[in-house]
Amino acid sequence: MSKIDLVPTGEKEAVRVAYGKALVELGAENDKVVVLDADLAAATMTNGFKKEYPDRFYDCGIAEANMVDMAAGMSTMGLIPFCSTFAVFAGRSYDQIRNGVCYPKFNVKFGFSHAGITLGEDGGSHQAIEDLALMRVLPGMTVFAPSDANECRQCVKAAAEINGPVFIRTARLPSPVYEARPFTVGKGNVLKEGKDCVIFTCGIMLEHCVEAVGLLEAQGIDAALVSFHTIKPFDSELALEWTKKTGHVFTVEEHSVIGGLGDAVADAICGKGCFTFEKIGINDEFGQSGKPADLLKEYGLTGAQLAERVAAGLK
Amino acid sequence: MNVQELQAVARQVRRDIIVMTNKAGAGHPGGSLSATEALVALYFDVMKGIDPKDDKNPGRDRFVLSKGHAAPGLYGVLCERGYFGREEFDRFRQLHGILQGHPDVKKCPGVDASTGSLGQGISIAVGMALGAKHTGNPCHVYTMIGDGESDEGMVWEASMAAAHYKLDNLTVILDHNGMQIDGTNDQVMSLGDVKAKFAAFGYDIIEVADGNDMQQVLDALHAPACPGKPRLILLQTLKGKGVSFMEGQVGWHGKAPNAEQTAQALKELEG
Repeated sequence: MSKIDLVPTGEKEAVRVAYGKALVELGAENDKVVVLDADLAAATMTNGFKKEYPDRFYDCGIAEANMVDMAAGMSTMGLIPFCSTFAVFAGRSYDQIRNGVCYPKFNVKFGFSHAGITLGEDGGSHQAIEDLALMRVLPGMTVFAPSDANECRQCVKAAAEINGPVFIRTARLPSPVYEARPFTVGKGNVLKEGKDCVIFTCGIMLEHCVEAVGLLEAQGIDAALVSFHTIKPFDSELALEWTKKTGHVFTVEEHSVIGGLGDAVADAICGKGCFTFEKIGINDEFGQSGKPADLLKEYGLTGAQLAERVAAGLK
Repeated sequence: MNVQELQAVARQVRRDIIVMTNKAGAGHPGGSLSATEALVALYFDVMKGIDPKDDKNPGRDRFVLSKGHAAPGLYGVLCERGYFGREEFDRFRQLHGILQGHPDVKKCPGVDASTGSLGQGISIAVGMALGAKHTGNPCHVYTMIGDGESDEGMVWEASMAAAHYKLDNLTVILDHNGMQIDGTNDQVMSLGDVKAKFAAFGYDIIEVADGNDMQQVLDALHAPACPGKPRLILLQTLKGKGVSFMEGQVGWHGKAPNAEQTAQALKELEG
């Protein structure tokens, strides 16, 4: 069996923290970058940029919808605005993201943090499980779900280069940092080859998928692992290639099984052959308060549970 | 242009509104007719750097029609100003036309933002004004909102931000015709003391007793900015202005005139 092509640095860092650092780096390189936040700079981690470039930081108050359209207006003046708030407020500002930014194809970036159930204690009201679905469906939107700090930095840099709307989903929970991998917008990364099945994942579920792949290996199951930092435009070719190579597909995401990575994969492979296909994620229900580790267990997303699901699915 | 000439343009734009909505069999004549003087004043007299041959000139003044359903009024003005030919009226609201049901920045020359979802245009204009200050662009940003539109909380979020960032390069024009789709403002959602409300949000306010009087509109739009404060021009207007059977009638918010009504309206609007 081939080894996982991932080198842990031994460090842990929340993807949102990396987002904040990447903005500071980007600020030094590009003076057109401005950052807007809706009174959450200490949580979305834009406070680093605020400190470094106070004249390029705009607080919009607790008014996410207005923040998004202000960013739309600022983009027409040649600026590259990055808006930040919690991913759950993608819903609150959705009409603005749709009509104010995507419909005119304005150059606005969204770095939305605290996505998924690993937000933890704040509970279901704040745990975005639908943001990828909401963003995927918007024409012209690029959707990133980086799996670790290094990938997040690459996503932020790439976002500034893209002329048009970009959504970056980040997590609150510290997660392992791996050495940087090759990064091309719209391309997935094959992290492990395998012949028995393929696991497609995105975001910080990578850590748990890596664990699952190890556990499966111990049972003699050779699972391939492919990570997608870009959910849209989706690397359909790679998804189909590994689907055909293995015949058994599992998608793993910290998001509803409706509308996210799983459906992106389904769109890529549906009608292209005869495969088994199982979406693993949040099963059309809201989250709840709890410690992130307990929540992952409650919703069946720990490495051990994932390995069990995959093994059972292959029987 | 002098006032008489601007009034003549306004009459022509009103004819355009009638022709356009009649041909399309749809559209919003009432709120376009109430807004006509302000739109003409902006594009023919007030806004600087306006050039149909260079409609993306970075230093130009900007206009955002936040009440995007008044698109026929804006299209009439843009056509008369030379942004596109009259033949486009035939394709208003039609497949592949540049004159979409609501303004589309990607399709229509001279349009600075796509609007139609109410409340958003003013917020985009606030962002433009803030962006202009940030980049040292001396342009002025104008936006027109409706009174019905002011039901949207976003109008007030945007207003708070405009005052917070001291956007004295922003002018919000309120087309206060007193009516919206389902009835008068007071029947649907009372605005109360609208002047006091906007004043409380930090605007420097100029009230225009007759927002369909070209001279009064010009005077307000040319009034010097109040340093450190966004401006709100409260235009008291008449919905359906200029067409007797549309004036003050809620029913003409989003209804096109038929052939007979079009003939009568055009007769009334003869110059």
